[in-house]
Amino acid sequence: MSDPMAAPADDPIETQALLSGYAPQPGVADELYDSAGKIRPVWRDFVRHLSRLDETGIANRFNRGEQYLRDAGVFYRKYGAEAASERDWPLSHIPVLLSQDEWTRIASGLIERADLLERVVADLYGENRLLAEGHLPAELIAQNPAWLRPLVGVNPASGHFLNFIAFEVGRAPSGQWWVLGDRTDAPSGAGFALENRIATSRIFPNFYAQANVHRLAGFFQAFREGLVGHRRDRDEPIALLTPGQMNDVYFEHAYLARYLGMLLVEGEDLTVDQGRLKVRSVDGLRPISVLWRRLDAEFCDPLELNEGSTLGTPGLVDVVRRGQVASVNALGAGVLETRAMLAFLPKISRALTGRPLTLPNIATWWCGQSAERAHVLANRDRMMISSAYATRLPYDDPGGTSIPEDLRSEGGDRVAELLQTKGRDLVGQEIVTLSTTPVWEEGRLAPRPMSLRVFLARTPTGWRVMPGGYARVAAQNNASAIAMQAGGAVSDVWIVSDGPVPKPTMISAPTPGVSGDGHAASLPSRAADNLYWLGRYVERAEGAMRAYRAFFGLLSAGVVAEAELPTFILSNLLREGSSNPTTLARQFQDPLEAALACGARIRDRISVDGLLALKDVAKAVQKLVEAPIAIEEAAPATGILLRKLTGFSGLVHENMYRSTGWRFMSAGMSIERASAMCTTLARIGDPDAPEGALDLALELGDSVMAHRGRFMKPATPESLTQILALDSLNPRSVLYHLERLKHHIDALPRTRQDDTLSPVARCMLQAHTDLAVQSADSLDPAKLRALRAQIWTLSDLLSETYMR
Amino acid sequence: MLYDIRLELSHSYAGRASGARHLTRVVPATLPGRQVVRTSLLSCAPLADTRHGFRDFFGNEATVFYHDRPHDEMIVTMQARVQCDAPEAQLDMSPDRARLAQEIAQVSSLGSDAPHHFLGPSPRVPVRSELAQFAREVVAHTRGGVLPQMQALGRALHKEMKFDASATTVETPMIEAFEKRHGVCQDFSHIQIAALRSLGIPARYVSGFLRTLPPPGKPRLEGADAMHAWISAWCGADMGWIEYDPTNDLSIETDHVVVAYGRDYSDVSPIKGVLRTAAKGTSAQGVDMIPVERAA
Repeated sequence: MSDPMAAPADDPIETQALLSGYAPQPGVADELYDSAGKIRPVWRDFVRHLSRLDETGIANRFNRGEQYLRDAGVFYRKYGAEAASERDWPLSHIPVLLSQDEWTRIASGLIERADLLERVVADLYGENRLLAEGHLPAELIAQNPAWLRPLVGVNPASGHFLNFIAFEVGRAPSGQWWVLGDRTDAPSGAGFALENRIATSRIFPNFYAQANVHRLAGFFQAFREGLVGHRRDRDEPIALLTPGQMNDVYFEHAYLARYLGMLLVEGEDLTVDQGRLKVRSVDGLRPISVLWRRLDAEFCDPLELNEGSTLGTPGLVDVVRRGQVASVNALGAGVLETRAMLAFLPKISRALTGRPLTLPNIATWWCGQSAERAHVLANRDRMMISSAYATRLPYDDPGGTSIPEDLRSEGGDRVAELLQTKGRDLVGQEIVTLSTTPVWEEGRLAPRPMSLRVFLARTPTGWRVMPGGYARVAAQNNASAIAMQAGGAVSDVWIVSDGPVPKPTMISAPTPGVSGDGHAASLPSRAADNLYWLGRYVERAEGAMRAYRAFFGLLSAGVVAEAELPTFILSNLLREGSSNPTTLARQFQDPLEAALACGARIRDRISVDGLLALKDVAKAVQKLVEAPIAIEEAAPATGILLRKLTGFSGLVHENMYRSTGWRFMSAGMSIERASAMCTTLARIGDPDAPEGALDLALELGDSVMAHRGRFMKPATPESLTQILALDSLNPRSVLYHLERLKHHIDALPRTRQDDTLSPVARCMLQAHTDLAVQSADSLDPAKLRALRAQIWTLSDLLSETYMR
Repeated sequence: MLYDIRLELSHSYAGRASGARHLTRVVPATLPGRQVVRTSLLSCAPLADTRHGFRDFFGNEATVFYHDRPHDEMIVTMQARVQCDAPEAQLDMSPDRARLAQEIAQVSSLGSDAPHHFLGPSPRVPVRSELAQFAREVVAHTRGGVLPQMQALGRALHKEMKFDASATTVETPMIEAFEKRHGVCQDFSHIQIAALRSLGIPARYVSGFLRTLPPPGKPRLEGADAMHAWISAWCGADMGWIEYDPTNDLSIETDHVVVAYGRDYSDVSPIKGVLRTAAKGTSAQGVDMIPVERAA
């Protein structure tokens, strides 16, 4: 090696403190130490690098990684007893290092396995030779809920059942790698691997830059090329089908859609039309011929699959059957995940290829056969006994079906009885002792069990293996704590080459703060709807905050709550009887939460910063509501909230790409602001409006300065109307917003056919013209109310035309 | 026997649906040697924007109707003329349950008739220990192979359970009907299927039509005013599938016309649908199955 930093051997002095507590258990393989107790060569430079950092240095680096993950908004959803909550991504800061040689063996073993699985699944949905020749028991397939009958005999449009799969692999005490489970339906984690990598490379920036660690981007690039090739039409987007924001890994779906330039859709966004799968978009129905499916197959179609599913698209199976859409992976490919399959794959490999699998899976016995049953019973202390049809990975099962203690605690007879009566539903699997890898704990390294998740993508030139990126690490020194839901963590995995590695740069990670919108042309209607209402709710919250501030401003200036003006604000603008600051705060807390809910549904379309800015406001509001505040504090506190909210609006109008999606959000803001201003002005123009209402309107419209600058005199009804309704230069006026709205609507698709305006465009033009021809004298409350009705009609038409 | 069958399924939505996707299985099957469909006509009002048919995994004829325009009700009408021939009377050649298990294991196929599909739990027929116990008790004293056991089970259910068209809906879980000892043909069938499967006897669900008015001198059968359901059990390699109507405690001759086979109701339901922007409202079913008077 020419690297001058490379030392000839372990440096006992430097690394001593770091490794003093690092003691792998006997009989367990370790990633850092080889079987002779020496540091594996691939780790040497890294450990030395780590040992040169002092405690503060390490703390700062780890913080940098955490900060990145927070800024990027990486989260997963943890399902609790009552509610599912968003959790920070549990990154273990120390990567797992594997040598190129070791990796090459794993990768080629997995490619071989992937090819075998493809043949097996093609047979299960095709000829059924494996069954006929006795390599698989028929009942294991016939009674398998993951074997989807409507897909039998259907050839996948992409030519393959498997296009993107993952394997969970672990290292046994012998040093040999084993496959723990196959993920062939809709595996998750690849997007998180990218985030692991970015965060970890920020923790060790200098080391990572000079170490020969294989990069991940090339893998995604190749996968994407594979998908693109299956499209019918060059202009078509590739859709990524997600179960939606309540899914535990929705973040990843949104992230990958952005990263790979795909259209993030839910089942509701799709429809079957004239024999094709189409996405409901603001441009109307647009065909989709490639679907990267991250929704479990069973839920994809309530007509032919699980009839209770509300996440699917009725008719999807029918389109697949007709070969009109390539589903990645094919619907039904999840049957390979069945635990009992592991019992038969070794023999199937020999039967189909004449060779045993180079990378074996953990030894598994199906207890529906008497010899196997007897073996499991005789060796039950070394077995996990669990459901034959389970598709979860071992160590990952809630409820403990895979933990042998559960069954054993009921006594040996119970196990024997269960195996005898329910043997067909059970498998025994040899308990695998996973290897350990270093994690950072209380200032030094400590060994924890780990398994790798390895992703494979089919590309135009064959399978491609993602080089590293994702390992699961147990919370305690106990393999059953490896599940993230059980507190386990995730590490980056570095595959270290002996020489320089290629550094693909074509795809760069999405930059927080800038909303990428690479598919502006096909904004799904549901996304448009959420963006539109996000805009409306934010604006509604702002309006309520201003009224709230005005109300408490009056009270803290000594005006009694029962006086005319405060009563006017309460009943007309806040529509609330109570003058309690906490109760009244609901008037902006509710719309704010509704705005956040809209935002959470379209994470792929609004910037992380935008969502964080909104969350900040919501947090501040929550504080305000939780701790009762004095009336004098209410107005200044709202001032702070308003400034925070302006931060969001600023991001929207300064930072967001001028996509169709942005137009809908901006249109939502304008509609809300214009109609609210009509309400305010109409009410203030009524004969019974109290004294001081004119100044109040200027305050609510944030136009005190503008008015002074233009009129140099106290407000009159006419000057007020001029500045807040008819001044096209005032961003608070009705006309300003109708002009902005018109600008947006003119830019929307389908507003004009030949020479005829669409109903939306016609209504827009009418409303704008009706206001533009008015003067301050002629615009009376009745006209303002009529205008407001027109704006509401416009909103309905927008919804009907684009958001359904 | 020659029958004219007419079915009308009508759905009124709660509100106006902006679109609808429906999947129907209502056309009688052609079963060589037993049932011949001379002619059939399936129609839908309002006219569907897209319609096509396919054969599902179990060999049933399925038809999809897609409506893309707003509408607030839908009527599916099926008319058919079907020739029914009585199956030949068979002696009981069914094996006992141990032998049956071996015969099942020897079937190394996943064809739509293979017994393996009909042994385990299915969406509407979960495994229930109460039913397993009921089944064990009933067959404890039954002599002969699995065929008489199947019949004994059906007879016991018919005796214990009351036919009550208002007691359950299509969504009532099977076990609830069993606990309350009442239900309609769907419940009778699901319960017997669960009982048979608990004994290791493959059992499937049959949907179809029942002659509306009995021949002179015979009682009117239960379930004739809507689509009917009964069961079919696999009685060994020699006898194959044998059908039986637990609601009426009846072996199948020429009063029953088969539409579809499946693991349970969810595989064969006459109509499944998903509406957009409207909720399911009320639905009604009308059936007539009348023998055709032969021209002299």
